[in-house]
Amino acid sequence: MATVDIASAPSSVPPVAAPPPVSLLKRLQRPRVFLSLMLLMWIPLTVYVMFGGYLDDPLKSYLLAPAVPATVLLYIVAVASWRESPIAIIGASLVFFWLVVAVTVPFLPLIDPNKPLAPFASIGVEKGGHLFLLGADLKGRDMLARVLWGCQRVLVWGVTATLAAYVVGSILGLVAGYLSGWWDQVISFVANILLSFPVMVLFILILNYLGASGFNIVIAVTFASAPAIMRIVRGLTLDTKTRDYIFAAQTRGEHPLRIMIVELLPNARGPIIVDACLRLGYTTVAITTLTFLGLGLQPPDPDWGLMIKEAAKVAMLWKFSYMLLIPALSVSSLILGFNLMADGLREMSLRD
Amino acid sequence: MLKLIGSRLLQMVLIMAVVSLLIFAIFDSDKFKKQIAVAELGGFAVSALSDDDYQAWLDRKGLNVPFYDRYLKWIGGVVTGDFGRSFEKAEPVGRLLAGRLINTGTLAFWVFALMVPLSLSLGIIAGMKEGAFRDRAVSFVAVLTTSMPEIATAIILTVIFALGLQWVPANSAMVNGWDWRQLALPVLTLVLYDFGYVARMTRASMAEVMTSQYIRTAVLKGLPHRRVILRHALRNALIAPFTIIVLQLNWILSGVVVVEVFFQYAGFGKLLLDAALFGDVYVIQAATLVAVFVAVISQIISDIGYTFLNPRIRFS
Repeated sequence: MATVDIASAPSSVPPVAAPPPVSLLKRLQRPRVFLSLMLLMWIPLTVYVMFGGYLDDPLKSYLLAPAVPATVLLYIVAVASWRESPIAIIGASLVFFWLVVAVTVPFLPLIDPNKPLAPFASIGVEKGGHLFLLGADLKGRDMLARVLWGCQRVLVWGVTATLAAYVVGSILGLVAGYLSGWWDQVISFVANILLSFPVMVLFILILNYLGASGFNIVIAVTFASAPAIMRIVRGLTLDTKTRDYIFAAQTRGEHPLRIMIVELLPNARGPIIVDACLRLGYTTVAITTLTFLGLGLQPPDPDWGLMIKEAAKVAMLWKFSYMLLIPALSVSSLILGFNLMADGLREMSLRD
Repeated sequence: MLKLIGSRLLQMVLIMAVVSLLIFAIFDSDKFKKQIAVAELGGFAVSALSDDDYQAWLDRKGLNVPFYDRYLKWIGGVVTGDFGRSFEKAEPVGRLLAGRLINTGTLAFWVFALMVPLSLSLGIIAGMKEGAFRDRAVSFVAVLTTSMPEIATAIILTVIFALGLQWVPANSAMVNGWDWRQLALPVLTLVLYDFGYVARMTRASMAEVMTSQYIRTAVLKGLPHRRVILRHALRNALIAPFTIIVLQLNWILSGVVVVEVFFQYAGFGKLLLDAALFGDVYVIQAATLVAVFVAVISQIISDIGYTFLNPRIRFS
């Protein structure tokens, strides 16, 4: 009893006005910190995949080093903020598994994914002093190295393409919804034309015209996805533009551009984030499929669609089916991750 | 109502005119003419060709007139049912496309014949009691199958049923005449990819209806559960899925490309891809127009069907 008295004694003293300690996790969840973590992960990865060929060796080998802790921290933050939805956590775990692989793959003890060693070596066979855990493909390249390296290109091009589609679609949607009139008429007509194509037909036409490459996939995905995004953003804009704070901003004499970007766009972000998760899945499907059709990313660097395309010509035997199954299951797991994340986020937004 | 259909059809014709003009303009570039020449004569022959000979070749193919001339001529042909000739297959495009469309139509017919009952019944069973085990099970399967792209589903089915169990052939080229067994895997792939989405939409619609007041009234009146579901809930719950099912036609036209290429099935999607890679303008043109036509018509049907089924919407 006596000890309790002593311990409680200081509480009778007027409390010092110290702010309650903020846990590290809470600090990481702040939007600005979260965004900079994302950039810290994303920019090195994008530069590495898109412009890796132009980089010199010492720079290239350390480029991804800052992205590794950033990715791990992002995963921890994501799990902590989505605690209430197990579906979202499972989805995030699948997506972050591939993200962690994408940023750590240069540091893993893998052999060169483009080096032909032992053609058609099956799973678990040891040949030439190297153990092929997942076998080797038709040219004798290690499947494990190829499937892990392959996720980089799919992730980077998929996210870049979705991002480009969102930038274009949101701007057009904001303009069509906020300015209305002729702007709306013209933008909606063009969007209707693009939306009346089956997506794959549009992809084939655009990529055939531009030529097959990663950057052209970004353009094709933008053409195919931006009209649908524009419709969503336009609807949200029409809904919010009659609110009082928009009138207030107009009365203050703010520029329409500022109203669109600063006042309208942030209020449309809820539905947009859910749609973005789904669309990331579609884009991943599109990139893999287009590469399989020969209209997407080009050899020799590993890529899941490319692995399927190469194996589909020769591996139509039970014995060699792992060459097709491994990339197919990898891409499915990534898309499942995006879809579960979208489901979980939607569930959480409905609950609020 | 008629006015609505009329304006939609007019819009469709306008879209098709714009699209076909664009395609003619795009494929008029020197690069594509060269591509056709290389594809037909071989790269070496083209590089050995003198300029005059190349011009003569273009003359023979009718490629060196301005594209708007060709376009007007083509429009005139389309009106009389002549779609031009394929450069690659040396066949009238109309006949070529008709044969391929019949193949794809057969494929799509079986996809719908399996997908519609499957997804509707699963969606209704899941939506009848939200949160029950069967609801969670159906939702889980639906997410799983929609997350697998067609190419992955095609691979997994091929590995299991064609390479492992050897029940069906892995290739659907039908070189020795029509074979139903070769249709199994393409149909199954498209069904698996597509049913999840429709089932989830049906589930959402059914779940919404089941929480409405009139269903509660029917239950409280003491009507048997069967009757509540079959007579009262279904009619309203099936309005939204109907429109979605019709819109799947558009999806299928995208999906058939990769499935037909993977299984070597001679259908519309493979024709379009081959033509695009060859630079076969008239085939691309006709195939694109068919695709746009089907897509827009399915949108119109779904709109009309929705207003027809839903008594709350009436056009004055």
